[in-house]
Parts: sequence; structure tokens; C-alpha cells
Amino acid sequence: MELLAFGDTGWGDELFYATLMTIAVSITAMLIGFLFALIFTPLKLSKNKFLNFIANSYTTIIRGVPELLVIYLFFFGGTGAVMFVASIFGYNEYIEINAFITGAFAIGIISGAYSTEVFRGAIQSIDKGQFEAANVLGLNKFGKFFKIILPQTLRLAIPNLSNVWQITLKDTSLISVTGLVEIMRQSYIAAGSTRDPLFFYSFAAVLYLLLTFISMKLINRLEVKYSRGY
Amino acid sequence: MDIELMINSFPKLLSAAVITLKLLSVSLIIGLFIGLFFAILRLNKNIFINRFAYGYSYIFRGTPLLVQIFIIYFGLGQIEYLRSTVLWVVLKEPYWCAIIAFALNTGAYTSEILRSAFQTIKPGIIEAGKSLGISNKVIFYKIQIPIAIRQSLPAYGNEIILMMKGTSLASTVTIMDLTGVAKYIISTTFKPIEVFIVAGGIYLFMTFIIHNVIKFLEKKYSFN
Repeated sequence: MELLAFGDTGWGDELFYATLMTIAVSITAMLIGFLFALIFTPLKLSKNKFLNFIANSYTTIIRGVPELLVIYLFFFGGTGAVMFVASIFGYNEYIEINAFITGAFAIGIISGAYSTEVFRGAIQSIDKGQFEAANVLGLNKFGKFFKIILPQTLRLAIPNLSNVWQITLKDTSLISVTGLVEIMRQSYIAAGSTRDPLFFYSFAAVLYLLLTFISMKLINRLEVKYSRGY
Repeated sequence: MDIELMINSFPKLLSAAVITLKLLSVSLIIGLFIGLFFAILRLNKNIFINRFAYGYSYIFRGTPLLVQIFIIYFGLGQIEYLRSTVLWVVLKEPYWCAIIAFALNTGAYTSEILRSAFQTIKPGIIEAGKSLGISNKVIFYKIQIPIAIRQSLPAYGNEIILMMKGTSLASTVTIMDLTGVAKYIISTTFKPIEVFIVAGGIYLFMTFIIHNVIKFLEKKYSFN
């Protein structure tokens, strides 16, 4: 138990901050994922074949390739890509991207592919009559989307989005390979310096279980809120 | 684009893909038995057995696969007692540690898939079997299991693809699977995009094959 003490003697405070880091990366990645879903869901539902193809390639590639490979692509390729863009604007110095941004972006793109599929499914399962009724009521495009379609989509999407959240949360453990100090990386460091890997990795497992358990409870509340009237 | 590097790395990555497939198939076979075992425990009415099986699947589904591999590979070696038993022959090999972790992980997901498949079987089918005078054992093996397999094929197909992606974590415990070799080539040549295209292409091809095999099986075993 003294291994978990706070302060200089134990790893308690380090692991606490690492847990906060995991939560921060997960939330950032999830939000980046929503951004991607916002772009790609309309493309998926579009009648244009070319736009469809782009969106389908995105979701198929990301969901068919291991997360670790995507992270390596961003870890080794991210700096090069940013420097390439910067060089177009005439900036040629070395740029180092922060591990948090690289990690959140890599996981965000992955989580975005899953979110896109969830939103597509949810919008497709909304009754056509709802769209027609909104038209008949003379709502403009924004009113139709925000007042009629979005609330119903959310109700259908939340249970599946909670799965996406669980996947995202667990995927953040893979960012440890890039050196970002989250739960996994911190446990690796602690295990290395105390030579007690069994304890620290088991503790990491408990922390992840705790995070998934708490987030499930919170999401259940959201679910109740959005299924009012059903 | 360095086309030459892509052509040169292709044979290396392809032979690494064989290791990925080996890891995948061995852990899936073991995982299927583990999954079936725990699914049967979940159907048991004894609350302790039931809770035990639920706890197993909850823990393995609620923690990242990476943690599970690290606990088995780095953690179990720390127990002095284990080092002196026969188990140590298996546990000192990263290859077997990865397979144990994968099998336990996929076993947890498989048990959930099979449990829900068993629970969706209509009671009328079992009653029909009973009224024909078939013994409980035969009902289980000849009626319930075939129906459950058919029911769980789509979900199990997804699980196979997820597990194939999961095997990439073997590279974190020094196994040179497809991702491991890809990372090695990237870190020696600093050409991440080219290697990603080739390695990702091989993964996508495997996903495509698995997807179609499952589709074919679904059609073959459909009811009508």
C-alpha cells in the first residue's frame, strides 16, 4: 500500500494525474471524433456517389486497420506532415508536436469512424414521415435539423455512442507508446523503477475498470434524459 | 512517395502477416472454448457461478487489452512460485503470453455473444425437443448449440475482425507480427506513409476475406 502513497515516497499522486490525463485524452479524442462524424455522416448519407466513396473509404480503412498502426502513422508521420504544411507557408524550422495532440488526434480519427457509423445508423432509422412533417410545418433547414432530427438521432445514438466511448477510453492506453504519461505509461514507469509490474499493471486495470464503471453510470443517466416521452 | 520502399517492404510485411494470422487463429480457437465454457456458466442458475462468469467477462471487457498482456507478460513472471512450476515454460515465452492474453480477452467477448444467442432461442424449440422424448444432453448439443452458432455468426464475425486488430498489440512484447515489422521499417526509414499503405493494405485484405467468409457461412446456415 505504501507504493501508492502520495508525495515523494509513493506513486499515488503520479497515478492520480495520469488518470486525469487519460480522461482528458479520451474526452478530447471523443470530441475530435464527433467533429469527424459531423463531416463524414452527411457524406455517407449523400446521394453523390463520389462523396459516398470518400466517407466509406474513411470508415472502412480506419475500422479495418489496427489502432496501433494508425498511432504509429501519426507518431512518426505527424511532425513531417505539419512541417510540410508549414514549409508551404515559408516556415522551415523544426516543429515538434506535443504527444497529447498527436495521441488525441490519432484516437479521435479512430473514434470518429465508429461515431460516423453510429450517427448514420441512427439518422437512417428515423421515420421518413418526420422529415416530411418538418417540411410541411415550414421549418427551415436549421430548424428541421436541430429541433426535429437531432433530438431523435441522439436518443437512438446514445446507447451505441456509449460503446464508442468505451472503445475510445481503452484505446487511449495505446498512446503510451508515444510517451504521453497516462495511466499505462505511468504504470510502466512505476513498474520499471520499483520492479513490481504485477502490482502496478493490476492497479492500472482497476483504474480502467473504475473509469468504465463510472462512465457507464453517467451515460445511463443521459440515456434516461434523452428517452423522455418514449 | 517512395515506391521502391513499398515494393521492397512488401515481402517482409507479408511474411509477418503469417505470424499475425497464426496468433489470431490459435487465440480464436482457445478463446472459443473459453467463451463457450463461460457462456454455459452464465446460464447456470447458481448465483455464485453466474456472478463468477459475469465478473470474468466484465473485467476482461472493461480493461484495455494492453494492460492484460502486460499483466501476463511482465506481471506473472514476478511471482517466484510460478517460476519453479511447469507453467514457466509457457509464461517465459512472449508468444504464448500474448496468446493467453488474446484468448482470455476474446473468450470474454465470445461468452457474451454466445450467452445472448442462447437466451434468444425460443423456449418452444426446447419444449418441442422434450416432447419428442429427446434427452436434455442431446437437446443441448443437437438443438441449442447449432441454433446459437447460427445466431451468433454476425457478432462473432465482428469479434474476429476486432481480434485481428488486437493481435497488433503482440508487437509491444517483442513479437514481430505485421505491426511489429511495420514499426521496425518505419523507425529505420522514417517513411511512415508508405509503410502504412502497404501494411494497412494487407490488414484490409485480411478483413475483407474474413468478412466474406462469415457472410458465406451466414448464408449457408440461414434458416430458410
